Amino acid sequence: MIRTTVLTAARRVLLVLGMPAVLFAVWWFATADSTDFYVPPLATILQKFGEVWTVERLLSDVVPSLIRLVAGYLLAVVVGVGLGLVVGMSRVVRDVLEPVLELFRAIPPPVLVPVIMLFAGIGDTMKVIVIVSGCMWPILLNTVEGVRAGDEVLSDTCRSYGITGVARLRHLVLRSASPQIVTGMRQALSIAIILMVISEMFAAINGLGFTIVQFQRSFAIPEMWSGVLLLGLLGFALSLLFRFAENRVLAWYHGLRRAQRNP
Amino acid sequence: MLDVRNLQKIYTGRNRNVEALRNLTFHIGAGELVCLVGPSGCGKTTLLKCMAGLLTPTGGEVTLDGHPVTGPPPGMAVVFQEYGRSLFAWMNVRDNVALPLRRKKLGKTREKELVDHALEVVGLADAHQAYPWQLSGGMQQRVAIARAVAFEPKVLLMDEPFAAVDAQTRAELEDLIRHLWRELGVTVLFVTHDIDEAVYLGQRTIILSTSPTVVQEDLTIDLPDERDQLHTRSSTRFAELRAHVYEQIQRAKHHNGDAEAPKDDDPDTLTDDRSHDLAVQNTES
Repeated sequence: MIRTTVLTAARRVLLVLGMPAVLFAVWWFATADSTDFYVPPLATILQKFGEVWTVERLLSDVVPSLIRLVAGYLLAVVVGVGLGLVVGMSRVVRDVLEPVLELFRAIPPPVLVPVIMLFAGIGDTMKVIVIVSGCMWPILLNTVEGVRAGDEVLSDTCRSYGITGVARLRHLVLRSASPQIVTGMRQALSIAIILMVISEMFAAINGLGFTIVQFQRSFAIPEMWSGVLLLGLLGFALSLLFRFAENRVLAWYHGLRRAQRNP
Repeated sequence: MLDVRNLQKIYTGRNRNVEALRNLTFHIGAGELVCLVGPSGCGKTTLLKCMAGLLTPTGGEVTLDGHPVTGPPPGMAVVFQEYGRSLFAWMNVRDNVALPLRRKKLGKTREKELVDHALEVVGLADAHQAYPWQLSGGMQQRVAIARAVAFEPKVLLMDEPFAAVDAQTRAELEDLIRHLWRELGVTVLFVTHDIDEAVYLGQRTIILSTSPTVVQEDLTIDLPDERDQLHTRSSTRFAELRAHVYEQIQRAKHHNGDAEAPKDDDPDTLTDDRSHDLAVQNTES
């Protein structure tokens, strides 16, 4: 028994780490003898990684980026879910807003950066607004879908027991829409990271995107690559964190799905 | 106690109107256990939803203790057929039962007492922490019943609650309902399409016609009060009553509010969702 558990766990770890390890090995050996200025050997990049990303640097450039990311993302969740509830629960509001929402959603958010800069300046506000304006759409639209798909029997049950108003919103509407809301939030997370970097590339005095562009402009190529690597790691860590939170919040949903698959 | 007077329900659709209920009048006294039986698609669910205040009738009225029912009345609990869809999948059994009580502001102690007792009487004393989807269908319906019991309703409406559970579980749950009814002194209206169930459970059985629905017969079930699956079901009187109800249902299939008129669209063919859509359009137009 224990043997099989250990073997299964080992197999899982192998499957998870296998592909990244292979890719790194390919990168390592393919660039080992590289003399190309723009494609430095991975060994050099890793060495620079240690030199560049010191604690001071993390504090001065990564932390501001993360704060903007978190602020923009949370704001997008609040606006997206809040608006999604209103739109999802009222047919009239939906009919009025849906075409407009589809239009806004179709505008690629990076295009908005110069526009937003005009009225929000080049400070943190602008960057947060850019993140919100890009990543609220998947949250909003998924919330609307989730609210609309609410079960009629459950809704009748709530009505007959007098569960109305805020209690209904909290215990019925939000919870039953939560699988879709989480789906929207997962899509929004990757968009938020992209927009964080892009907004910092336009105009900034610190941040990850800013630092990477600075390295590129001063032809510090291995340093630039180390920044890209750090971004990748950051995205990976955030998605792990997200999955951890999701497994807690949606434990009931995964259980329900499993129960429905093998009755 | 619970009165239905000249109740009529017409679903208004885009191209057609469907008259589900034609003209229903009956009375349920306090503390009675009444079964409502009829051919499938005769508008039983429509009737129950009108009585529960979940659907506005086109004509006539439902009154509870003399007060017209215009929305879900506070002293009423409903148990639906689709147990899987009437429980909160994101709450454990205990929270499912306790949620409707929060609004009553009874205090922690009383609330705990009610929930414990309700889960005890339905035989789920050790399933408090389980989630509904971890339980069998019969047990899920027990949770829904416990929720209704804890709510301490004056009237309990049940819409074919055992239609989706297996036969053995069904027999157990039928006895549970009789037990609860006697212990709690609650008024119960039990909707079913199962003739045996309609005879076994109730003190009275109201037989409905096909749609557009009228009351076909209001039958007193004169079986002794002490009933059990084995002896009651094998008694001669049970067989007689059962045969009578069966005949009435067969007759009901060819009889409705307008026996002469060409057969209307059968609301039987409307799915739940569609009839709901029609109802929504009705209220909006």
